[in-house]
Amino acid sequence: MFRIDFNKLRFLICDDNPHMRRILRTLLHSFGAREAYEAEDGATALEMYTHYVPDIVITDWAMPIFDGLELAQMIRQPEAKGNPYAPIIMLTGHSEKRRVTVARDAGVTEFLAKPISAKGLYQRILNVVANPRPFIKTKTYFGPDRRRNTNAAYIGPERRVGGEFEILQQPSLLDKARSGV
Amino acid sequence: MANKRADIEVKKYTDHQVITQPNPLRAVLRRVADDDIDDPVARAEQALSGLSGEFKQWMEIEVERLAAAHAAIIKGGFTKPARDELFRAAHDIKGDAATFGFAPAGMVAESLCRIIEHAPDLARVPSDLIVHHINAIQAIVHEHTKLDRISISNELSQRLRGVADKYLARVNHDRPEHLEAIMAPSIAPAD
Repeated sequence: MFRIDFNKLRFLICDDNPHMRRILRTLLHSFGAREAYEAEDGATALEMYTHYVPDIVITDWAMPIFDGLELAQMIRQPEAKGNPYAPIIMLTGHSEKRRVTVARDAGVTEFLAKPISAKGLYQRILNVVANPRPFIKTKTYFGPDRRRNTNAAYIGPERRVGGEFEILQQPSLLDKARSGV
Repeated sequence: MANKRADIEVKKYTDHQVITQPNPLRAVLRRVADDDIDDPVARAEQALSGLSGEFKQWMEIEVERLAAAHAAIIKGGFTKPARDELFRAAHDIKGDAATFGFAPAGMVAESLCRIIEHAPDLARVPSDLIVHHINAIQAIVHEHTKLDRISISNELSQRLRGVADKYLARVNHDRPEHLEAIMAPSIAPAD
């Protein structure tokens, strides 16, 4: 069994709602985290991301001006000055299937639908720490490998050409969002 | 603990690249015995319950924000900033209410979010439909200690959701992408 030394991790929390930031801060500190920086909008979060170089980003989706989806897209710029590979956990009140797909295609690593639970958050953090996914760069996408199982029969528009089927077998983001943990 | 780009390995294929690197966060993983008594999740749940004395006040603040957003719409109409603020206020309640112990308020807020997202023209939504949603959220929160939550609050939220869904299905009959989204089951974890 593995545990995480949270006191060695640096988090960036981005949520416009002060109550949810307080909840997240409380959960992370209870897990053992000491460094959790907070931003109340995407633009501030992006500045803090470059400045503090967090290990893990936890962001809300719906925020004024510059939302969590745009934040993920800005972080996932392969030529950016900052680290484009940091795990991004999208914590959101959105609860529709298509939102999971949109978040995944923006480069989000994990998706956690509210209401938040300590177990759900811990499992997402454990997964990004213990099972990092390779990154894929195509003309239209840069982010964690979106394939979660092998399907040689897939003939959709984004079928990759070449390469082996080296798949890190995991439940899909949608299945995990549905299960809540 | 930031990534060192020098460690990154890139395999190039016809139309994509696969980028791998040594796990930069591996150093924070620690193996413990299976019978290790430390339970970080239980610790966090306990800390969360320590905050619960503040949840009622937090919900009151969220409800005030929703009412203010609605008042701005009554005064100035569904401008984009006003519409967005009403959506965010309802959306925050949808996401937070169950955590704060007001799950039925979250269900009503979800129904309101669906109206805002899927009505083709918000200005043509019967004003009573929106008003009833906001009044219901206020009632559930303000009368929290008086209402029998299981019966009255749940029935209220389910009825409003039923009326809203019926309306949304009617006004979106020729918009299949919205109909599909309206009919799709929620992925939010159950209580």
